[in-house]
Amino acid sequence: MECLIGIRGKDFVLMAGDSVAGRSVVAMKKDHDKMYQLSNRLLMAACGEGGDTVQFAEYIAKNIQLYRMRNGYDLSTKAAASFTRRNLADYLRSSTPYFVNLLIGGYDDSDGADLYYMDYLGSMVKLPFGVHGYGSFFVLSVMDRYYKEDMTRDEALVLLQRCIDEIHERFIINLNSFKVKIVDKEGIHVMKDLRPTTKPPEETPGTQSMDIV
Amino acid sequence: MAMKGKNCVAIAADTRFGIQAQTVSTKFQKIFELGPRLYIGLAGLATDVQTVSERLKFRVNLYELRENRRVKPKTLLSVVSNLLYERRFGPYFVEPVIAGLDDVTSEPFVASLDLIGCPMVTEDFVVSGTCSEQMYGMCESVWSPDLDPDQLFEAISQALLNAADRDAVSGWGAVVHIIEKDKVTTRTLKARMD
Repeated sequence: MECLIGIRGKDFVLMAGDSVAGRSVVAMKKDHDKMYQLSNRLLMAACGEGGDTVQFAEYIAKNIQLYRMRNGYDLSTKAAASFTRRNLADYLRSSTPYFVNLLIGGYDDSDGADLYYMDYLGSMVKLPFGVHGYGSFFVLSVMDRYYKEDMTRDEALVLLQRCIDEIHERFIINLNSFKVKIVDKEGIHVMKDLRPTTKPPEETPGTQSMDIV
Repeated sequence: MAMKGKNCVAIAADTRFGIQAQTVSTKFQKIFELGPRLYIGLAGLATDVQTVSERLKFRVNLYELRENRRVKPKTLLSVVSNLLYERRFGPYFVEPVIAGLDDVTSEPFVASLDLIGCPMVTEDFVVSGTCSEQMYGMCESVWSPDLDPDQLFEAISQALLNAADRDAVSGWGAVVHIIEKDKVTTRTLKARMD
């Protein structure tokens, strides 16, 4: 029931995730952040099985930091994504597979901004925009229509707002708040939470409220 | 799929990455270069396509370092077979096809394997994937012995495109590599994106 959205722009990656943390039919927390900072310019959004997301995300984040400590420089986005994929694929056939779907967005000086989509089986693909969850059925077509290469930050935010509105319109589960972050050359910036834009209810002519006398 | 021609081979694949009915990417790589004139194509579960290609590249690199020469296509067939059979009771869900020219004799070679490593060498063409029946039909019609590189390109492209068009989960782009003695030409086909 979770939704993660990633959009690659000219020199940044915009990532958003719904902020509902739920168990079965209960929404336990409404302001949960599903994005984990792997390094200065690497962000990972994770959804899936409850404990697995946090455990796996923290495991990867700590290992990325360890690489930095040992070698003195950060891993590139591609290398970090490959490292993550290798871990997911190795654990897949063990007795403790991780059931997490990921979006990894990052900025390097050599390749610019990159977005990688990874599913829980460990298949990885570099994409201009990626979506996880049931939301993908609604949002991918919106992206196909309105996405263009080298978007500015404002254009990407408008596109993201369109996606959130579409999810709100047609998805049966109420995801009414999304945490938004941008990764670019300067690092990771936390943006304002995005909510679906509500239209005021239209007045249907011919109906009047009736007071029971 | 892969096809043999006169002193050349061709290998082609679609480029769809999908999760059941949903297409996630139209630029997924399924053909990997393991030598200047040796290519392997992998159809099946995307994660295993990536894992097997990575593990195979590792084994081929070690082989080349130890033997101090390039791996022959026939030997690669055995290496892949071994890699897959090691997982006999928990297999990688991939069906590889190999296409290449022997680096000493330049003799064309095509072969395919099943998911547990049973090797099959043919004299004409090999296919694998969800639309393998359609591909068999197309290949049987368009292939003839001793096609030159341009004719081979036409043949393999038509075979792949038309077979993929009759399968709901195949297509969304295609790539073809024509491997000749002195060069490899890679072309992306204009395919139906549906």
